[in-house]
Amino acid sequence: MSEHFPALLVIGPLLAALVISIAGWLRPRLCLPLAFIGVGVAALAATGLLVQVLASGPMGYRLGGWDPPWGIYYFVDQLNAVVAAVVAWVALVNLVASHQAIKADYDGKQGPFYTLYVLAVTGLLGMVATGDAFNLYVLLEIASLTGYALIGMGSSRAPMSSLNYLFLGTIGASFYLLGVGYLYIVTGSLNMADLATLLPPLYGSLAVMAAFAIILVGLWMKMAFFPLHAWLPNAYSQAPGPAASLLAPLMTKVMVYVMIRMMLSVFTVDFIAMQALLQQFIVWLAVAAIVAGALFALTQRDLKRMLAFIVVSEVGYMVGGAWLGNRLGMTGAVLHLVNDAVMTFCVFLAAGCIFHKVRGTAFEDLQGLFKKMPWTMAALAAGALAIIGVPPTCGFFSKWYLIRGAIDAGQWVFVVGLLFSSLVNVVLFFRLFEIAFFEPMAEGHGHGGHGHAPAVALAEAPLSMLLPLIAAALGLVALGLATGPLVKYVITPILPAGLV
Amino acid sequence: MDMTQYIPVLLTKYNYWVYITLMMIGLWAMIAKNNLIKKIIGMSIFQTAIILFYVSIGAKYGATIPILSHGHGGAHEAAVRAVDYINPLPHVLMLTAIVVSVATLGVALALSIRIHRRYRTLEEDEILSQLREQ
Repeated sequence: MSEHFPALLVIGPLLAALVISIAGWLRPRLCLPLAFIGVGVAALAATGLLVQVLASGPMGYRLGGWDPPWGIYYFVDQLNAVVAAVVAWVALVNLVASHQAIKADYDGKQGPFYTLYVLAVTGLLGMVATGDAFNLYVLLEIASLTGYALIGMGSSRAPMSSLNYLFLGTIGASFYLLGVGYLYIVTGSLNMADLATLLPPLYGSLAVMAAFAIILVGLWMKMAFFPLHAWLPNAYSQAPGPAASLLAPLMTKVMVYVMIRMMLSVFTVDFIAMQALLQQFIVWLAVAAIVAGALFALTQRDLKRMLAFIVVSEVGYMVGGAWLGNRLGMTGAVLHLVNDAVMTFCVFLAAGCIFHKVRGTAFEDLQGLFKKMPWTMAALAAGALAIIGVPPTCGFFSKWYLIRGAIDAGQWVFVVGLLFSSLVNVVLFFRLFEIAFFEPMAEGHGHGGHGHAPAVALAEAPLSMLLPLIAAALGLVALGLATGPLVKYVITPILPAGLV
Repeated sequence: MDMTQYIPVLLTKYNYWVYITLMMIGLWAMIAKNNLIKKIIGMSIFQTAIILFYVSIGAKYGATIPILSHGHGGAHEAAVRAVDYINPLPHVLMLTAIVVSVATLGVALALSIRIHRRYRTLEEDEILSQLREQ
């Protein structure tokens, strides 16, 4: 059984999606339980995989029994095991948290919604598990296409934002495909491990350089790395709440994972070390992403839009960390990948809860919310502390590694960028909490004419949303406290010896 | 620099020039066109260019499709001369890529139907001016 975990990771949700799309016609009430089973199977498989990989090292899976360079090979080491576990559990918790919001906002469209949701999870998990460069493209497109559709189901402006995302996302994915084509021309292989053994003699080749650059640009487009981020703020702020809290934490993070996988397992650190100029350029670009994301976030007057720009800034952290070119930086990038998935999830879920009750996330809608929704706001505050980087939340530890890595590499500008964005995050969230804590409830805002309860009345989100949200908030502290083992057992083993 | 040295590069690798030209046409349409359907057409051209690129790298002069004649029984006796056959793998990969691009096209058209229902137009500037008025 346990040797089939890598396949179950993908097959579970894939089959569930098929069944849900049928159930959507015949028995709409079965959609949620079926989605829960599908994602649950994936979450259990991911957990099993993580336990197994930690105990006995990386494992592979031959789909259909075909041997690696020819067949599609799934390869799971410590890095993908932990990313897959985070993806699967965030998706599962989000499913539990969002079913009431989905029922309220998408009644009658639940079948399609859950089908798309579970398919998106399939694509994300597949991208994480696969060891085949072309298979990754297919799964990337599965995740992206379902993402476009999920976002397009949102507010009235959402279809336009989704179409813009689709244009840029398609360019990004096509670039990735093109880069893989160049790798195929020079090596004749699509298997990542096989590519890693075939490529070293060709590192001087212009075609390999071109392939690397094209793949990198394609992935940057998908992960919204500044200045290729234009699609993200609109898409994620106008998406339906349940879709935003699935895609915003996971999609960008999985793309960062793919970039790190390409850097470590397809191309090697030796190849990266040869590109000193590129390295410097990317670190500068990452600083630009961090600063620009923070500044754009400052100008927003809406919680969801502000969070979307913070995501742009966070992508800069991870790309910059991965390209610092030392162990500490890469450790920080991987650690931040895991942490950021959970903290972005926490804050987007909180925004979803607020939207569910208040029907808006503009700053005026937040007035007096600490009295009205104390638990939701407490969880949002926990997420905010993690994003700012206050110990003992997880955000502190990954930032600590990133800053130490930057100092080690002598990249002072990256240190300044990180500190600057932490300061801006303090301003962003405390401005928010000032509004939510001190300003009184707006009278009759956005509720039509019905009689208004006194501002102090407690109107908390339903328990099924609140409990997952609190779990996510506690997860931030738990992850922070687990930093030591995470670095020792998960990240250190995957860092190649060549990385100093 | 002698320009003539580029002529063989142009002539022998013309498949790459064709795909790059097509790709740029598609990209230009996606960036510069105002009508959403024209943008979607541009996107399709862009994706098709990459499909052509893959198909062209598998092709070979004087080679045939990779089916062994007398395949049943007798074929493994004789050595298979790989030179005589085109490489089928890029072509097979593109079957998947075609499916992906059709699906993308479908999603894009579905979204543009929703956009048209709401704004009664598919011209991007008109949509943007309506958005600004809100």
